[in-house]
Amino acid sequence: MMRTKLAANSRTFLQRIHCDSTLLIGLLVLMAVGLVTIYSAGGQDIGLIQRQLTRLGLALGVMFVVAQIPPMAYQKLSVYFYVIGIAMLIAVLVIGVSSKGAQRWIDLGAFRFQPSEIMKLAVPMMVAWYITRFNLPPKTWHILVGFALVAVPTLLIARQPDLGTSLLIACSGVFGLFLAGMSWRFISFVAIAISAFTPIMWTFLMQDYQKQRVLTFLNPESDPLGAGYHIIQSQIAIGSGGAQGKGWLQGTQSQLEFLPEPHTDFIFAVFSEEFGFWGVVGLLSIYAFIVIRGMLIAVKAQDAFSKILAGSITLTFFVYVFVNMGMVSGILPVVGVPLPLVSYGGTSMVTLLAGFGILMAISTQKRIMSRE
Amino acid sequence: MPSPRILIKDHSAEANLFARRTFIGLLVVFVMIGMVLTNLYYLQISRFEDYQTRANGNRIKVLPVAPNRGLIYDRNGILLAENRPVFSLQVIPEDIEDLELTIKALSSLLDIDEEDVSDFYKDLKGTRRFKPVNLVNRLTSKEVALFSAKQHKYPGVSIEARLARYYPYGSALTHVLGYVAKINKKDLQKLSEAGFEANYAATYDIGKRGIEKYHEEKLHGKVGFQEVEVNNQGRIIRILDFNPPAPGQDIVLNIDMKLQLEAEKAFDGKKGSVVAIDPRDGGVLALYSSPSYDPNLFVHGISSKNYKKLLTTDRPLFNRATQGQYPPASTIKPLLALAGLEEKVITLESEINDYGKYKLKNVERVWRDHNPWGHGKVNVTKAIEVSCDIFFYDMAYKLGIDRISENMNEFGFGEYTGIDLHEEADGIMPSRGIVKALFNRPWYIGDTINIGIGQSYWTATPIQLTQAITTLVNKGRRIIPQIIRGNMQNDAVVVQDIKERRPIAIKDEHNWDIVLDAMYGTVNRKGSARKAFRGAHYISAGKTGTAQLVTIGQDEKYDAEKLSKKNRDNAMYVGYAPFDKPQIAVTVVLENAGHGGAEAAPIARKMMDNYFKGQTFPKHTVIEYLGQEQEELELTQAEVQL
Repeated sequence: MMRTKLAANSRTFLQRIHCDSTLLIGLLVLMAVGLVTIYSAGGQDIGLIQRQLTRLGLALGVMFVVAQIPPMAYQKLSVYFYVIGIAMLIAVLVIGVSSKGAQRWIDLGAFRFQPSEIMKLAVPMMVAWYITRFNLPPKTWHILVGFALVAVPTLLIARQPDLGTSLLIACSGVFGLFLAGMSWRFISFVAIAISAFTPIMWTFLMQDYQKQRVLTFLNPESDPLGAGYHIIQSQIAIGSGGAQGKGWLQGTQSQLEFLPEPHTDFIFAVFSEEFGFWGVVGLLSIYAFIVIRGMLIAVKAQDAFSKILAGSITLTFFVYVFVNMGMVSGILPVVGVPLPLVSYGGTSMVTLLAGFGILMAISTQKRIMSRE
Repeated sequence: MPSPRILIKDHSAEANLFARRTFIGLLVVFVMIGMVLTNLYYLQISRFEDYQTRANGNRIKVLPVAPNRGLIYDRNGILLAENRPVFSLQVIPEDIEDLELTIKALSSLLDIDEEDVSDFYKDLKGTRRFKPVNLVNRLTSKEVALFSAKQHKYPGVSIEARLARYYPYGSALTHVLGYVAKINKKDLQKLSEAGFEANYAATYDIGKRGIEKYHEEKLHGKVGFQEVEVNNQGRIIRILDFNPPAPGQDIVLNIDMKLQLEAEKAFDGKKGSVVAIDPRDGGVLALYSSPSYDPNLFVHGISSKNYKKLLTTDRPLFNRATQGQYPPASTIKPLLALAGLEEKVITLESEINDYGKYKLKNVERVWRDHNPWGHGKVNVTKAIEVSCDIFFYDMAYKLGIDRISENMNEFGFGEYTGIDLHEEADGIMPSRGIVKALFNRPWYIGDTINIGIGQSYWTATPIQLTQAITTLVNKGRRIIPQIIRGNMQNDAVVVQDIKERRPIAIKDEHNWDIVLDAMYGTVNRKGSARKAFRGAHYISAGKTGTAQLVTIGQDEKYDAEKLSKKNRDNAMYVGYAPFDKPQIAVTVVLENAGHGGAEAAPIARKMMDNYFKGQTFPKHTVIEYLGQEQEELELTQAEVQL
């Protein structure tokens, strides 16, 4: 009891409002970098900044609300989230609204809604809930069930089609299984299975435009004015930034509109062009700082569910970063993934910060159980 | 019994496992960060220069700026070719909703004919939609004002101004100046072969004929560059750098425009040409080929209707002065006489008895003099003065074709004069070899005899004849005729050096005087050009010529009335003045006009009168040369005219 009391006494105001100040500082610095870059990339449009600020404020609000809910509640709600999410994904395929050739939206009259966003959190929660019902490390059978839980929403989202999101959601679930202690033998098996699955996916699941993206990625110079244009221009922007960068508002590739979507998906190219290699090192340091903080929260979490959930949310966050940077710099194919908290807009911002809200909830949870 | 392992969770083991997995996860994160940084290092550090170049290539465009073409002046500073702004109506197809409707509306406002429209659609096919296409090539200033007032009604249609060549003297100087016109595919190919393509990147016109073509390199200048920053649409954002073009060289011609206009007036459309050269420096004072045409038509693209008009039998496009190859006829008699004297076939004292006919032993054919009853006793001086054919038949026979060719080649017959025009023919100075090569015919003795009066295969251009007379006047100094006088620099003419060939060396310098005196006699004693120059205020010398274009039968008499116009004789004259210190040498060829003395010499007289207007010369009495008695030279009126 003494220990608990001491712990309670040492709780600061921020902890009492369930705010992890270290994580918050990391996120705010990142958002600031994002605003500065958007200002430059968006043609110095102050309206753009105002809209982004509004969105950030809303997302931060959601984060604080989410942070107030104790992790135990999430554990109990996981199954409901997951089931509702799956139901909505099916609904999207049946009654969803199309936009740009993909059926991703549910129109609820007042606002449009992307069920795949729910799944970004529901899948790691479900996996964490399921796998921690048993002793860890999990049995092969449990892992297989876990994979099935991941596969259903992944395939549903891939059908929309939204390959980027479906792969990211698959990642978030698989990360949970990995952190839970999935055996290395099984991991090797999955790796082999994925490589075997690739040609099947290519033939049956991928749309022509997706195939084209991959082909273009493999050889962008084959079509420098068509599909390869984005990648080439993006690489020119990054490469011409050099070590020091051209300076804020001085990036010729972005200012003269050679760069596609400079303030959304390709904002990393703008950042690299204007702030150079050392700027990129700085930006990656901020991301690394957030990831390390997230993993620390996971390690310190009091129960397995919280550990696995915090860990997979953090790792998925980094996958976003990696996929975006990889796509913009030409080592991954073009998938529409924004650079988290830096890119302008995106519905994913709210989901992303809700995830960090869960991390904060875990981080600031009252230590009810003493550790032996 | 329920399994106990479900109930009892090993928290410590779980925490350790999780910590290990978290550590591995972080490790993977750092490996991925390493991958991103490695790739970024490769792009931004290793290949920085490459990408910097490509980024600059994206945004920096170098736009060429055309230099202004050099102006052309005559020797007295009169402007002969200038650059004037011309206005064309341009259409940017991308900016226009209904092209046909717009053109229709414009047609009611401006003078747009069917050819303009069809040309426009032709150009449209090969042009990108955001690039302007010309609809009307030349707007009048009235049309410019008319359109400008209503421009707001026609988005995508605009007026573009550029400098274009204008020749204020029009057809009077065409065969000298030539003209410029739009660069075509063939020109482009030639430019790229010569490595000049970049210098013409912004240039619209190029010299196509005449001085404009010959001195193209001088007149064109050097292209300038504007370095601009563009966005992805190609729109210019700002100008980064500007290297102004170096304008073309202003040049001055030897042409005396006053004299040139006199030539145009004298010909009055009749077919022929005149060349006037200053024997002191080889400068071409006048060069006129008739009929001529307006070079300004070509500058803006000649219409097919107008072009067809130029393809008549009179061939106005043809430069008769440099490309017309005529039998030189009697005009070369002084030169042949010089050869005869040099080769010692004749002397000043040698005489023949001309009774109107010339016959060789064992040859049936009879050669006749133009004067059916002959000239009586004739020496070389009289032979030139009265243009006695028999004397020259005999002399040619004695000289032989080989010696004639050799001597005449020295005067430049059969080769290009080197005048600064690409439109030049080289004529034919016959020899056994050349006739065999050109006509696959052996040389007959009769050919030699006809050569004696400048007929047979012999052809020469007026510029060649003028050059030969210049050489004669200069006693063997061979100056290459040049139209260009020099460059205009800081309002002063920098005269270019005289171009010369190896001079003619002769054995007896006195022979020059014998021949020149005979040409003096042609004009001033009882010679064939006396009538034409009667009363001139200067002393000139010359030689008439009447070139037969058809062979008159053995027993027929030449009758101009009976011959069709195109087969009538060419009237020719070569002359120079003043006799003692020549300032001008003139050649006149008048096609199908008849007798040289009667038709061509008066034009030479007009030219010289014009040239010497205002100049005064000491009073002159006829020189009796070498004791020749005037009584011997009794001539009929008919002979004087020849």
